[in-house]
Amino acid sequence: MRTSPAFRVVRVVLLLLFAVFFFGPLLAMLDFSTRGTNGSRTWAAWANLVEDPELNRAIVASLLLSLFTVVLMLLLLVPTMIWVRLRVPRATRLLEFLCLLPLTIPALVIVVGITNVYQWVTYFLGDHVLNLTFVYVVLVLPFAYRAIESALSSIDATTLAEAARSLGAGWGTVIGRIIVPNIWSGLLSAAFISVALVLGEFTIASLLNYENMQVVIALLGKSDANTSVAASLAAIAFAFVLLLLLSVVGRSRRTEGKVT
Amino acid sequence: MTTAVSTQTEPAVAFRDLHRHYGEVRALDGLSLDLAPGELVVLLGPSGCGKTTALRILAGLDIATSGTVMVGGRDITHVPANKRDMGMVFQAYSLFPHLTVEENVAFGLKLRGVDRAKRIKRAGEMLELVGLSTQGNRYAHQLSGGQQQRVALARALAIEPAVLLLDEPLSALDAKVRVQLRDEIRRVQLEVGTTTLFVTHDQEEALAVADRVGVMFQGRLEQVAPPTELYARPATPFVAEFVGLSNRMRAEVSEGTARVLGAAVPLLEGSVTQGSGYALVRPESLGVTAAEGDANGRVVSVAFLGPISRVQCRLDDGQLVVAQLTSAGASRLSPDDAVRVDVGADAVLVVPG
Repeated sequence: MRTSPAFRVVRVVLLLLFAVFFFGPLLAMLDFSTRGTNGSRTWAAWANLVEDPELNRAIVASLLLSLFTVVLMLLLLVPTMIWVRLRVPRATRLLEFLCLLPLTIPALVIVVGITNVYQWVTYFLGDHVLNLTFVYVVLVLPFAYRAIESALSSIDATTLAEAARSLGAGWGTVIGRIIVPNIWSGLLSAAFISVALVLGEFTIASLLNYENMQVVIALLGKSDANTSVAASLAAIAFAFVLLLLLSVVGRSRRTEGKVT
Repeated sequence: MTTAVSTQTEPAVAFRDLHRHYGEVRALDGLSLDLAPGELVVLLGPSGCGKTTALRILAGLDIATSGTVMVGGRDITHVPANKRDMGMVFQAYSLFPHLTVEENVAFGLKLRGVDRAKRIKRAGEMLELVGLSTQGNRYAHQLSGGQQQRVALARALAIEPAVLLLDEPLSALDAKVRVQLRDEIRRVQLEVGTTTLFVTHDQEEALAVADRVGVMFQGRLEQVAPPTELYARPATPFVAEFVGLSNRMRAEVSEGTARVLGAAVPLLEGSVTQGSGYALVRPESLGVTAAEGDANGRVVSVAFLGPISRVQCRLDDGQLVVAQLTSAGASRLSPDDAVRVDVGADAVLVVPG
């Protein structure tokens, strides 16, 4: 499609406006986090990200939480969704309802409801920030479900499974070697969205008195605003890179094999 | 190009009084059928007649409510699908999208632990067999529908299955490719000699490839016979009307013959034995000639179909019949011409009126 010069100008202007809108605050954060005394520049706040033991611990905790949440979510959701689709399609609505439920319940209510359960979790596993994994898995369910569901809907899972079965594949092989490789982009989406969500989670961790990255950033904001802003910016940048990776991976998978 | 296959030997596949009920619906209602080794049997019937259910039960993808399925003399009724050794081609494209054509064909062999060199060799042979030896490195989305179904056929045959199952493999393809692939499936089947169950609702397809055709209706087999016999000697009114075209013409039956349009016509088994009824007469059994004095009808329309033409006539008594003539013969006829319609000597089935 050919575009007129006027349209191109409008496009560039809009692009610039949105760039300013999005990057303005980020640049301001960068500016603030590197501001020293008497107008000088310093990377001390950024150095704190690795040097401040408390923040450091919180960052590591949040990264581990992301990892465990993703692993547990995939282990729980992927076989269940594939099984329901292939073997008990009438349970699809129920599964969807259960997975989307957390979206409708405010974080505060979840915390109130889950506190009693967490007393048992703490009793069995000890009081550790990584215990948050369980509640985070519940929290990411709606987003992960949607991502995986759309990938599953894009393939004829039933026919592929039946073809594999007739060739001699057991159910494990059907799931692991036939269905999963064909919904890979959906699994990546689910994983990346979950990581972004866990890295940005504050409310539940704070209310359950656990110190994840966002909680420590909020605390730091009261004593060391520069480090707090540097950590926020780093978290945003990390999530941005993740989402960028997601779109690149998604695109490369869509086009792979099209050229011989 | 059909071959006569003896059904005296032990059947390669045997369905014994197979039932499949979904609540009140009886998808299969006492199906019994034998397939001889190397035979290609087509199950033909309208949607919902139970033909696909029978095939899926043989594949292990559906479970019979009661009855037995035997393959090579062994009862496999309760054997899971992945232990049955069946090669199957589906109606929907079923190639694994993340694997190349060659990997698709070799998939079943890989599961059986065949070493890589042998897998590649066998996949190459199978692709050669279906005329796609140069496409091994392609992915499913780079192939046409017809090519995908050929690969699916190669994949199904690569594991040297006990039975090849074809579940309407041509119905997603366009007409020309369908005919080509139909002939190719038959060629390949004869070459490898695998016992095959083919399911379709397309009667032309069924008659063209089958050693025997089983016509199904409401979960039951109406008739199982070689294509020529099925066409010439339909056992039931449903078969007569479902396979090929039939005119329902008024007939009087007495002393073993039917009188149709004044002519005496032999009766097929299962016909009405006395009194009036309707004879099911094939269009090619009717003759239409231009006439004046002894005319008994008028031409309504002439449809040109290449070498043959179908001429629709309204008889003087109001019946509408279709005759099949050579196009040369039909070219002399025009709508509204007065004509003489005669019935040939082919035996007919007469059903109650």
